[in-house]
Amino acid sequence: MKAFSMGRKITSFALLIAGAVMLIIALALDFSGSGTSFRGPLLVIGLIALLAGLYLFPTLKYHKNIINFLFLFPLLFTFGVTVIIPLVLGIFYSMTDWTGIGYTQFVGFANYMAMFKEVSFLWSLLLTILFVLVNMIMVNLVGFALALLCTSRLKGVGFFRAAYFLPNLIGGIVLGYVWQFVFNNVLIQLTKTSLLSNSGPAFAAIIVVYVWQYAGYIMLIYVNGLVTVPGDVIEAAAIDGASSFTTLLRIRIPMIASTITICTFLTLTSAFKQFDVNMALTNGTGSISNFMGQYLTNGTQMLALNIYNTAISKNSYALGQAKAVLFFIILACVSLIQVRISNKKEVEM
Amino acid sequence: MKTKMKTSSFIIIMVLAIIVAVYTLMPFFLVVINVFKSANGIVADPIGTTGASFSQLLTNLSNVVNNTNFSFWYAFGTSALITIVSLVLLALFGGMAAWVICRNKTKWSTAIYMVFIASMIIPFQVVMLPLISTFRDVGSFVGISMLQSIPGIVFAYCGFGGAMTVFILTGMVKTVPYDLEEAASIDGCSYEGIYFRIIFPLLKPSIVTVTILNGMWIWNDYLLPSLMLGQNGRVKTLPVAVQAFVGSYVKQWDLILTAALLAMLPMIIIFLIAQKQIMSGMVEGAVK
Repeated sequence: MKAFSMGRKITSFALLIAGAVMLIIALALDFSGSGTSFRGPLLVIGLIALLAGLYLFPTLKYHKNIINFLFLFPLLFTFGVTVIIPLVLGIFYSMTDWTGIGYTQFVGFANYMAMFKEVSFLWSLLLTILFVLVNMIMVNLVGFALALLCTSRLKGVGFFRAAYFLPNLIGGIVLGYVWQFVFNNVLIQLTKTSLLSNSGPAFAAIIVVYVWQYAGYIMLIYVNGLVTVPGDVIEAAAIDGASSFTTLLRIRIPMIASTITICTFLTLTSAFKQFDVNMALTNGTGSISNFMGQYLTNGTQMLALNIYNTAISKNSYALGQAKAVLFFIILACVSLIQVRISNKKEVEM
Repeated sequence: MKTKMKTSSFIIIMVLAIIVAVYTLMPFFLVVINVFKSANGIVADPIGTTGASFSQLLTNLSNVVNNTNFSFWYAFGTSALITIVSLVLLALFGGMAAWVICRNKTKWSTAIYMVFIASMIIPFQVVMLPLISTFRDVGSFVGISMLQSIPGIVFAYCGFGGAMTVFILTGMVKTVPYDLEEAASIDGCSYEGIYFRIIFPLLKPSIVTVTILNGMWIWNDYLLPSLMLGQNGRVKTLPVAVQAFVGSYVKQWDLILTAALLAMLPMIIIFLIAQKQIMSGMVEGAVK
């Protein structure tokens, strides 16, 4: 029995050998530190040749395993290089005096101690928690109200849904500048001084912009939940004499409990990571006259922006990385709580 | 009497809906009317139409498009190229990985799936600084520029978007009956052929969903390209170009708003074309 043609066998082995040779030469050039410009393409071509040779490898027994490996390889490789390696390195770097290029010594938890002694960071942390809580409530209330509006008898529902969702399409940087214009040039005619020039109003302005941007998205999810509530249940409640408000409170809201959980955590995590609008709208500026006995100039700086500025503007990479690890831990805890809550709900149902 | 009450409540709801819509669209409206004005015209009257003229719009557009700090067409092309290539690769590789993970119930595939799911909680901030240094080191080691290059950024998007793509597509693969694959296999279809001929076409609805979710995120992303490409680098995506442009023209609202309009326009046009798919895709992504 001749399962594979001679041509395929030769191609496969030729590709495998050529690929391996090219990889070895490229790696040898890499290690010897020669600056030849073709070593990069050589490596890539060698890798592709090797994978192609593997694909054509004349075997029936292992063909399935080879395909499995080839199908998983691209995503796992990119994922490993962009997520796993930096994550592990990042946690390690947060305990060294890393400068973004290299490190000289291991410092244990010194960065973490320094972080909690930095008053401006504590302010950012506090502000972020406040922002997340206010946003979670506001976005969900507004989003739910809009969803009720969009599921009631309304002419042109499609238009209104699209209009409310529209802000969500545009990136935070562009929106931030558009709103900066609105606050500084349009609303100033009502408010006299710009809302963005003082920390308190500026913080409120960020919330306004964020709710404006995000409520439409949350609305869509609530609409999706509300239309799954069966009509005969609502009809039965109406026959029993329940007012539309009672129906909402006693029937519709309990029936979309899982949607509420999804929206709550979605707003929670996204508000926590808020960066673009914060940067474009105020860039974190704003004075705080007295917080824990210090004068601060980062009155509207949220955690994500604080991490960015610590590392990029102030060039303290290790400290910024330590803050980022804390940021990660907080988010991980939030996600774990979410998983537990939604699992519990599913069991009950 | 009952119908009367219904009409009045209908009017109230309608008025409310219109007020909210006016509020939501107000910033867009302000952008649109102000790009027709000169810088002085905007400061004098930011709400009305005084000083607005069509020739001024053309002046503003040519000032922005030809500006060397913004170079709109170049930034637009870069953004489009990065987004499209990343989306195609994510759909292709994501589907392949999802199929392998779903159809091989070994401890390896389960472990890989678990790692992907768990990684979705990792915020970009915790990996961004080491990511830059890793990419710089790997790039200089193998002699391929990973920073300030389009391939490098596509590579990063494949890495970051992979988890969510696999998660959604695995859910879809599960719904495809295994009998179909067995039938194809009996008919003589090769193992990889089963994926490309049977599974991939059936995954289309979910691929649309992941493409929308990834596309919105990649097109609008600022942080990753700004770190990898640098603020004043040679290669710029649209959000990075807007940021760099605004930084160099503080308070020149005629230029800034025109740039903002140009940056918003592609997304709005796509939304008008594929409104239904985008809205349902965004919901599906969140609910799953």
